[in-house]
Amino acid sequence: MSTINYSEKIPNNVNLGEDRTLQRALEGWQPNFINWWDDVGPEGSTNHDVYLRTAVSVDPQGWAQFGHVKMRDYRWGIFLNPGDANREIHFGDHKGEKVWQDVPGEHRANLRRIIVTQGDTEPASVEQQRHLGLTAPSMYDLRNLFQINVEEGRHLWAMVYLLQKHFGRDGREEADALLQRTSGDANNPRILGAFNEKTPDWLAFFMFTYFTDRDGKFQLAALAESAFDPLARTTKFMLTEEAHHMFVGESGVSRVLARTAQVMNELKTDDAQKIRAAGCIDLPTIQRYLNFHYSVTIDLFGADQSSNAAIFYSSGLKGRYEEGKRTDDHILKGQTYKVLEVKDGQLVEKDVPMLNALNEVLRDDFIKDSVAGVGRWNKVLEKAGIPTRLTVPHKAFNRQIGALAGIKMSPEGRVVNEVEWAAKKNEWLPSSEDFAFVASLMGRVVEPGKFAGWISPPVMGINRQPVDFEYVRFG
Amino acid sequence: MDMAVEAGVIKQHLIDPEICIRCNTCEATCPVNAITHDDNNYVVRADICNGCMACISPCPTGSIDNWRTMPLVRAYSIEEQLTWESLPAELSPEELEAAGVSADAGEEIAAAAAPVPAQAQTTAAEPVFNSAQYGATVPPWSAAHAYTNLFPPKTPTTATVVGNFNCTEAGFESETHHIVLDFGVVPFPVLEGQSIGIVPPGVDAIGKRHHARQYSVASPRNGERPGYNNVSLTVKRVTEDHQGDPVRGVCSNYVCDLKVGDTVQVVGPFGASFLMPNHPKSHIVMICTGTGSAPMRAMTEWRRRLRKSGKFEGGKLMLFFGARTQQELPYFGPLQSLPKDFIDINLAFSRTPGSPKRYVQDLMRERAADLAALLKDGASHFYVCGLKSMEEGVVLALRDVATEAGLDWDTVGAALKREGRLHLETY
Ligand SMILES: Cc1cc2nc3c(=O)[nH]c(=O)nc-3n(C[C@H](O)[C@H](O)[C@H](O)COP(=O)(O)OP(=O)(O)OC[C@H]3O[C@@H](n4cnc5c(N)ncnc54)[C@H](O)[C@@H]3O)c2cc1C
Ligand code: SF4
Ligand code: SF4
Repeated sequence: MSTINYSEKIPNNVNLGEDRTLQRALEGWQPNFINWWDDVGPEGSTNHDVYLRTAVSVDPQGWAQFGHVKMRDYRWGIFLNPGDANREIHFGDHKGEKVWQDVPGEHRANLRRIIVTQGDTEPASVEQQRHLGLTAPSMYDLRNLFQINVEEGRHLWAMVYLLQKHFGRDGREEADALLQRTSGDANNPRILGAFNEKTPDWLAFFMFTYFTDRDGKFQLAALAESAFDPLARTTKFMLTEEAHHMFVGESGVSRVLARTAQVMNELKTDDAQKIRAAGCIDLPTIQRYLNFHYSVTIDLFGADQSSNAAIFYSSGLKGRYEEGKRTDDHILKGQTYKVLEVKDGQLVEKDVPMLNALNEVLRDDFIKDSVAGVGRWNKVLEKAGIPTRLTVPHKAFNRQIGALAGIKMSPEGRVVNEVEWAAKKNEWLPSSEDFAFVASLMGRVVEPGKFAGWISPPVMGINRQPVDFEYVRFG
Repeated sequence: MDMAVEAGVIKQHLIDPEICIRCNTCEATCPVNAITHDDNNYVVRADICNGCMACISPCPTGSIDNWRTMPLVRAYSIEEQLTWESLPAELSPEELEAAGVSADAGEEIAAAAAPVPAQAQTTAAEPVFNSAQYGATVPPWSAAHAYTNLFPPKTPTTATVVGNFNCTEAGFESETHHIVLDFGVVPFPVLEGQSIGIVPPGVDAIGKRHHARQYSVASPRNGERPGYNNVSLTVKRVTEDHQGDPVRGVCSNYVCDLKVGDTVQVVGPFGASFLMPNHPKSHIVMICTGTGSAPMRAMTEWRRRLRKSGKFEGGKLMLFFGARTQQELPYFGPLQSLPKDFIDINLAFSRTPGSPKRYVQDLMRERAADLAALLKDGASHFYVCGLKSMEEGVVLALRDVATEAGLDWDTVGAALKREGRLHLETY
């Protein structure tokens, strides 16, 4: 049984008590974490009792305990999935060898970089979302935001544990640096671009949790295959928590669509201005938000050709999504994959070595998964008898990273010139006017069971509680 | 497959494709790989899912908690489920009847536990009663610390059989054996309420080593024989499957046929929450059927030894024990000789010729006044162990007793769970 020891200052299931050095290092880091939470964590929430889910063990019976807790007292800690003493590396050049419990010297720098990059995204999203509590459309949504916030906080703990346990002094320095960078800070920004974007309103938040936390799912799933066993076990457990974040995004957008469709039917109109006047978000605006968040998120997978990706894979540090379910040789030498580039003003496909294209492989897996979810959003419209359908833009639309960076492209995948881009940009991506309009809808609704006018209530409450349950008690 | 199969009827586990967000949590959680997916849907294999509920609470959407009463022959296939855009409606009683399933199907399988009525279709407005949600995952605060997994499945240890006798009346259908295993000098510390795994020798139909079967420890912490490194088990010989068809249970028959001096492969110990409270004023309410009596015997015996040594002050013991007949009740004789002021025993027999069927729930309702008093007392702990089909009925009975006594079940149930005071172990 992997019960978590909550009697320790830092709850854990890794026998922290037996490793005094590590314990001291983490206990040194902990007050800085709390300071960080107080400074840039959820704004104005210190006295709220929030109906949160906490893990007491990492097996199915124990990882979802619900109760009202102050976020500051959330039992952040270090939880790893149980290990398997006989686990073998199942891809790359070391295939068939025993997985590593310690960091091999030759992979130290790469592993540290992977862990730091993953770790940096966790506090970033808390920072990006810190003002959202002030404009929550309901108490139910407020609770979901806070649940995500504390879990991102715990994910930071998970990465910091790996850094401090396995990377000695530089690990401790990297762990400190995670609390010093700040999302959007001009002098010391977060590592990845998407994590320096603002999350200005709840529609952006839902899009972010749908698309960007889904990026998290794919990155974590790829790391859960790692030959470095502590990383694999850590990320496996993080994946179970991540699922809730994607749920908030997917159901959030669904509920916005349901409300918009309802008002469109009531008013018998598809005129965006009339919908806006009725206090709802019109479908073209939702499509523009989608275009933006989708394109920013697929950049997170990195350049379409990358020798780092090849090295990470061959050396066993990072696998593919569902590596274990694939039936190829898991070594991938001599195989190719198609990536896009622009030639003579045309998009063309070209074959590149598979190993160098692994970022693109993961991106394509992500795309398939996201598109299926957009299909589920469309069902909401279909059911309401609305003919409009949401679509994801072309893979090359609005890209800032890789061979497609900076190419001007319509959402349908037509290369356009600067003039057309400038003229159409506000049709394709949210304009400042769109942001201002959505912001104008963001009032605070926190009475149990009440919802802002631009969003429908959820189908069911959290943990089978009724929708009008007191999810947050304001202190 | 032991998924509530009742005379050709199953309660089929399904995922609602309209709510599911395809997050993969359920597939990653299911201990028996009953869940699979394609690009479209996540689905449950009816022939593998055993209704263990492990996937229910980790699912972030609730879409996984859907059940349909289906004639076994018409169970939805994986291929069918993968194409779904929404869940099919529950079959009507007429449709069930037409498929040859009578409304009272299932009556025959349950022994001492009353059959649970087919659940209503799950809707958001009217959630079905989910007894598992009240089971605690934390031990009582005063429980002793349990060791677990000292011998994981990959590295079992060896124990020697030092006792094996039939503890039901010989010749009856459901023969139950009391087995004593000795670990010699190998550390194998256990507490009342924990279980161990026995690995039967040989391989299964596809040539894989048999998996270990779990058995609750029936002896107290200081040994079946005090001061010895041994444990006892209560093992029922499985001679028919849940549908009543003849079958020779692999492990239970192996164990029941062991001879003194034989050695067995053991894994474990398992379980860190179904543990007894140790503070002197704590009350223990035990509700069990059949071999579910094993952990109850362990707890009772530990309390009896404490009392004998003068180390225990108060704390009530109350037992609700069900079997089909008195002859099938394990430990019937020894139970009768326990002093009345030590334990309050309530026996329910569902198949005594000439007497009406009585189930443990019925007895609990008869004792509502005493149970209500215990429910109001924060020192009371409730343990439920035995057949899976008893669990829901028992928790519902507790809920009704609480409600009738003017208590709010949501509050009481939540407290029991949070404080590690209601434990469910059914199989
Ligand atoms: C935590 C836990 C504690 C347990 N404690 C005990 C205990 O103290 N004593 C005890 O006897 N058992 C206990 N069990 C059940 C035990 O682990 C086995 O399931 C049981 O002995 C049957 O195993 P088998 O190898 O003989 O049958 P298998 O060969 O595994 O199964 C043969 C067939 O019988 C069916 N079947 C399995 N069990 C039963 C049953 N009980 N009644 C009817 N049909 C059945 C199966 O579905 C299958 O079709 C416990 C189970 C768990 C999970
Ligand atoms: S109930 Fe248990 S066996 Fe069935 S799908 Fe869920 S986890 Fe798997
Ligand atoms: S855990 Fe729930 S939401 Fe996630 S895939 Fe399974 S059924 Fe769907």
